[in-house]
Amino acid sequence: MTDLSTQDAPFAGSGSSLMRRRNRRQVMLQGLGLAAISFAALMLFVLIASLVSTGYKAFIQTHITVEVFVDPEEISVEKLPRGGFRDVLLASLQKEFPDVEGRAELRSLQNIFSNGAQFQLRDMVSADQSLIGQTVTLRAPVSDPFDQLAKGLVKRETPEQLRRVSDREIDWFDTLDAAGKISQPVNWGLITNADSRFPELAGLKGALVGSFWALLVCFLISFPLGIGAAIYLEEFAPKNRWSDLIEVNINNLAAVPSVVFGLLALAVFIGWFGMPRSAPIVGGMTLALMTMPTIIIATRAALKAVPPSIREAALGVGASRHQVVFGHVLPLAMPGILTGTIIGLAQALGETAPLLLIGMNAFITSAPTSPFDSATALPTQIFIWADSPERGFVSRTSAAILVLLTFLITMNAVAIYLRSKFERKW
Amino acid sequence: MYDTPTLERTVDSNTVKFSARDVHVFYGETEAIKGVDIDILDNTVTAFIGPSGCGKSTFLRCLNRMNDTIDICRVTGKILLDGADIYDKHIDPVQLRAKVGMVFQKPNPFPKSIYDNVAYGPRIHGLARTKADLDVIVEKSLRRAALWTEAKDRLNEPGTGLSGGQQQRLCIARAVATAPEVLLMDEPCSALDPIATAQVEELIDELRQEYSVVIVTHSMQQAARVSQKTAFFHLGDLVEFGETGQIFTNPRDPRTESYITGRIG
Amino acid sequence: MTTAAFLCLFVLAVAGYVWNRQAASAIRADGTRLHSLEGFHGFYSLLTVLVPVIVLILLWLVFQGPAVDSILKAGLADRLAGLGTGEVQLILAEIKSISRGAVFGTPEQWKFDAAERYLALNARADQLLLVLVLALSLTLVVLSRRKVAAEFRARHGVERIISGLMIFCSVVAIFVTVGIIASLLFETARFFAKVPVTEFLFGTNWEPQIPLREDQVAAAGAFGWLPVMLGTLVITVIALFVAVPVGLMSAIYLNEFAPKRLRAVAKPFLEILAGVPTVVYGFFAILVVAPAMRSFFAAIGVDVSPNIALAAGSVMGIMLIPFISSFADDALSAVPQSLRDGALGLGATRAEMMTTVLFPAAIPGIVGGILLAVSRAIGETMIVVMAAGLIAKMTINPLDSVTTVTVQIVTLLIGDTSFDNPKTLAAFALGMMLFIVTLVINIFALRIVRKYREAYD
Repeated sequence: MTDLSTQDAPFAGSGSSLMRRRNRRQVMLQGLGLAAISFAALMLFVLIASLVSTGYKAFIQTHITVEVFVDPEEISVEKLPRGGFRDVLLASLQKEFPDVEGRAELRSLQNIFSNGAQFQLRDMVSADQSLIGQTVTLRAPVSDPFDQLAKGLVKRETPEQLRRVSDREIDWFDTLDAAGKISQPVNWGLITNADSRFPELAGLKGALVGSFWALLVCFLISFPLGIGAAIYLEEFAPKNRWSDLIEVNINNLAAVPSVVFGLLALAVFIGWFGMPRSAPIVGGMTLALMTMPTIIIATRAALKAVPPSIREAALGVGASRHQVVFGHVLPLAMPGILTGTIIGLAQALGETAPLLLIGMNAFITSAPTSPFDSATALPTQIFIWADSPERGFVSRTSAAILVLLTFLITMNAVAIYLRSKFERKW
Repeated sequence: MYDTPTLERTVDSNTVKFSARDVHVFYGETEAIKGVDIDILDNTVTAFIGPSGCGKSTFLRCLNRMNDTIDICRVTGKILLDGADIYDKHIDPVQLRAKVGMVFQKPNPFPKSIYDNVAYGPRIHGLARTKADLDVIVEKSLRRAALWTEAKDRLNEPGTGLSGGQQQRLCIARAVATAPEVLLMDEPCSALDPIATAQVEELIDELRQEYSVVIVTHSMQQAARVSQKTAFFHLGDLVEFGETGQIFTNPRDPRTESYITGRIG
Repeated sequence: MTTAAFLCLFVLAVAGYVWNRQAASAIRADGTRLHSLEGFHGFYSLLTVLVPVIVLILLWLVFQGPAVDSILKAGLADRLAGLGTGEVQLILAEIKSISRGAVFGTPEQWKFDAAERYLALNARADQLLLVLVLALSLTLVVLSRRKVAAEFRARHGVERIISGLMIFCSVVAIFVTVGIIASLLFETARFFAKVPVTEFLFGTNWEPQIPLREDQVAAAGAFGWLPVMLGTLVITVIALFVAVPVGLMSAIYLNEFAPKRLRAVAKPFLEILAGVPTVVYGFFAILVVAPAMRSFFAAIGVDVSPNIALAAGSVMGIMLIPFISSFADDALSAVPQSLRDGALGLGATRAEMMTTVLFPAAIPGIVGGILLAVSRAIGETMIVVMAAGLIAKMTINPLDSVTTVTVQIVTLLIGDTSFDNPKTLAAFALGMMLFIVTLVINIFALRIVRKYREAYD
């Protein structure tokens, strides 16, 4: 009808070359987008797969079962808990391999046992002194090289000089295995032992307890402080420069690098206040400072989502503003607040850098009994193990990460469940 | 251009542009349009009126398949544009929309310059071979939208800086620039003040010379002022369709009469 | 002992609550109309007791340790005279461990005496706290009981206390910022007393050793932060090269093109990626990415450093993908539907709508998100601590090993507590720079994001 409409843009069919080009561009953009998503997914997959493939082996532990004669000549009631437990253990192996002689040979035979085996025997005998003079069955972890051998991580086809176990040692091990003395039960030690220099004995108990105390302290501080601040800012604060300043300040705090919080804690809590180093209480306080902004922001969002009509209704029947907020608004906002808090705590659980600065990466072989004792936390334990040269710690590290991720995913799942269960549309 | 004489209310075309037969629209389970038959003429302003939620906007959005962008929306029946079924699977909605332009309730200029706003359609559809061609199209479209005199000195300023009425005329210019054959207008004046409304209404009458215009409106006065034909929708039904004069003075359906006289709405 | 103090406090506070409440009920029973409900009279007493006494206990707990230490030191003044702070700390630690019953070796008798005194002092302090808590709580209970009267506005009192508590909570956030700035400034000032500011800011050498002996000249150390900053930039740029394209493209795809079901799966997927702690990414870098890159470059015959910057940087990029993607997704979603309709109504394809209208309109929000990602990359610690190098070099070669500000902070401070040598203090100076840089970026980014949100609200 007009000169403009005479252009070649037929509305039916996509035959024109221009249209083909336009459609191709659309397909290309979609392809790029899909590629980007797939890349992210692939990375997550590789991450999880590499952790699982290296980590699952730490959930089982190779054990050796031996008949030990608790020789009264080596071990006597009077000297307990000291005694020749090492020698007794060696004697039990010597029975299996009578042809082994010489100090060096014997020492390498002894090395099949984990260093923890003698203490295991000691604790058994200390608990029941009547065992002295008897023969007891002991199932103890083997040392790391043999554990690796059993799990196939040390390859038999590797030339002997490049291997951590000699051909001779492999023979011993195979003989024991053929005799049914080698077993691979679930490695409960991973959860029930504290840290150790020996991979086969190292466990997460100390880290788990340390993380628990730190998170508890973090929660006890950040939850009330965060909610109090959020309620004040959202419901009571006059709109002026002060509240603006506080608001900008909180938003910025949420983006301050975590290592800076570590510096703060190191200088103020430990340096100025003289609080104990490496203690979960300090860790928890540091994490609380970092979690507080998250909780404030989440709480304010939850409070904002409560419609003003509810406030007006309550004010209308003569309730004071405090009664409105604490009686009506806060309970309605609680699911949102809890969701935000759990997500904040999950972040705190995975936080590492500030804990390193306050010394929660110490090597501690017993679980803390109070938040004032020195301890590690799960993420710092991962860092320590990742730094350890022993091969056995690679799979321990992956396993520890899997444990940490399990906690995080559980916490997030709870948060998502809470959100979907109590979410209301107004 | 503002001294246009009293608008004619007669239909001076008999070419059917759109022809809809038994059109149903579903949003999930709910049926928003319940079998509409209508013929929309070329060079005519057709007004869709009716109370809110009656389906008039929904039906309008069927005419250029804007409903495709809503996931749960499903359209059945036949809508023919110049005899071709626009819901045929060989039809590309992108090209359909180039032919059937649309102006929305709220002015929605892109956050670009006035020039780029108007040039947007011609650029993506490849309507201009050179910069000079494009300049011609932009000027022509802005003139047609009665915005040229106000905008010619500020073509490089952002379109969002214009006043509400100017923004809406810019959106009309933008729609006109793609050389459509039909212009759909979804309550184009509802966000405008009375003076801007008057300007846009005059413009609509101008546009009738070259396009078939379909306008959804809330205001019966507006329908009476600008349209030659009026369709009254109620609860998803097309209740009555006829010459505007007849609908407003002598409605045949009691529901139309109730609406016109203000008893439902 | 603290437990006992808390126990006393709670018992007294609850008693005060009941007492006031009953007193108010008694007045009401007489037929007088109370201004506030009985419960408020009770809460008034509860809060009047709890708040000040808990503050007392907390202050006590914080200052008891340092106070006992200084009394102990004063008592040993003649023994400790002429010793450095480090040695004094060691002796104190030994005395404390003796007092806990852990005796190593054969300490001198005066140390046993000191340990004895240490225990006595602590016991005295604990008793004093208990007495103070009891006295203060009782006084407050009695005082608030005497306020109970028909016209007493207990509700207003309670609300005032609660408001005060809430204001305190909000101000804590300010305290934290002030604390950060104060501690950084204080330690940085001490650092600049030992190392000139100009050397730190403009020096191109970073070798933070300290002389072991006073006369050791050769290893005096150099504290120029430029190579460290450069390394941080290298890693950040690598991270952005990975994260920005992937993050933006996935946001565009999820926002406009993804089928509903894919979106429903991909979103939580990205959230998982965002929730993975950085120490895990660090381990991922040393376990998988760095070896893979090393063998790749070895295969094509390029010699690379073992702590290749590319590995740390790209793993950091993976960490930032969900961050950028969710910011961009939000920014795109914030563009009003009317602009989408406008573009589609003109016959734009969805790709054209995205690239010519939505994306340009969302750019301010996206830029804000990318800036926040930059600040995150600069401040990110664990990935680089585990996967980047320790030696500072003036290089921008991504195949070389570089170090970052955060790596230096952590390595300088791990296992070293004394605050009086330039090596540890340098960490605080670096922390100061880190804080300033990220703060500026954050303020700028948050402002852009806020402006952008307001523009479309």
